[in-house]
Amino acid sequence: MSDPLARAEALVGVEQYPTVGEFPVERGYIWTSCASVENGNPLFWDDDVARELAGGPIAPSTMLSVWFRPHHWAPGRAEPALPLQVHFDLKELFGLPEAVMTDNTITFYEPVRPGDVLRTHQVLRSVSSEKTTKLGTGRFWVIEVVYRNQADDLVGTESYTGFGYRRPT
Amino acid sequence: MTPPLRLLGDVAAGHRLDVLRYDVSATTVVLGALATRDWRPMHHDKDFARDRNGTRDIFLNTPNQAAWFERYLTDWSGPHGRLGTITFRMAGSVFPGDTMELSGVVEGTSVDAVGCGWATVAVGLSVDGDTKTTCRARLALPVSPDDNPWSRRAERWRPRPEDEVG
Repeated sequence: MSDPLARAEALVGVEQYPTVGEFPVERGYIWTSCASVENGNPLFWDDDVARELAGGPIAPSTMLSVWFRPHHWAPGRAEPALPLQVHFDLKELFGLPEAVMTDNTITFYEPVRPGDVLRTHQVLRSVSSEKTTKLGTGRFWVIEVVYRNQADDLVGTESYTGFGYRRPT
Repeated sequence: MTPPLRLLGDVAAGHRLDVLRYDVSATTVVLGALATRDWRPMHHDKDFARDRNGTRDIFLNTPNQAAWFERYLTDWSGPHGRLGTITFRMAGSVFPGDTMELSGVVEGTSVDAVGCGWATVAVGLSVDGDTKTTCRARLALPVSPDDNPWSRRAERWRPRPEDEVG
């Protein structure tokens, strides 16, 4: 199966690059994140409010991907897979040197809590036929990143639309 | 019991959120990058950003902008507000020295099949009138003073509009 489109289409719906977070979700990072944007939501700072509304402390929803960015260095570690490895695989498969992400949608399910150990995988959802835009000629693809906790509850999904292309010559 | 700050019935299409203005410094950018575990040099090394990215300075990273949007939305909703989905599209970069301005408008409200109240809010992040990032969020708001979106689980929590079908 050497046709790149057929090879890409064979990957649609396949779970790829399963990864476990390098550390459990922790409150220190939650507070660092809130401090970085001056987020004073009592849900993250007041344990009584957190207990009453959410059954205990939770992480800000948009921190979902934070728990998967690898340490800058770790002893004896091989190069980790990139967070959107499927995107880079598609660029290589189609021989498209440039790429942009056109939009990003995050959907939030069960709240993420301190102590959770999250895991993720990537799924290619679709690949378009060849298109020409003002950037160049290439293909659009949609990649979904799925996040689950240690109880296998779905905590979120991220959907990225990428456009891999070659500049006009 | 903590009373909800804002109920679904308090808002309608066209409702405008208070504008948030914030003076971005190098510290804002670096703190935001490290808080999101983004160690890439264009978010802390000005020479790298200029020489390799061709930008005039280091710039806010995407996950930190998402955190700014979340803060902006929940400042407005209060702690009962719970994000269902957030979609964003980047158009330009935000640099130290910029005053960023977040503004938002409610596009519509609804109650889904399981009784959860939703507000759809369009948020823009701009600098000197130039839009840098646009965002659309679907945020659950309580439908009554004793409602709490955070108590919803499994089938009672349908964050995507398409989850409502069927």
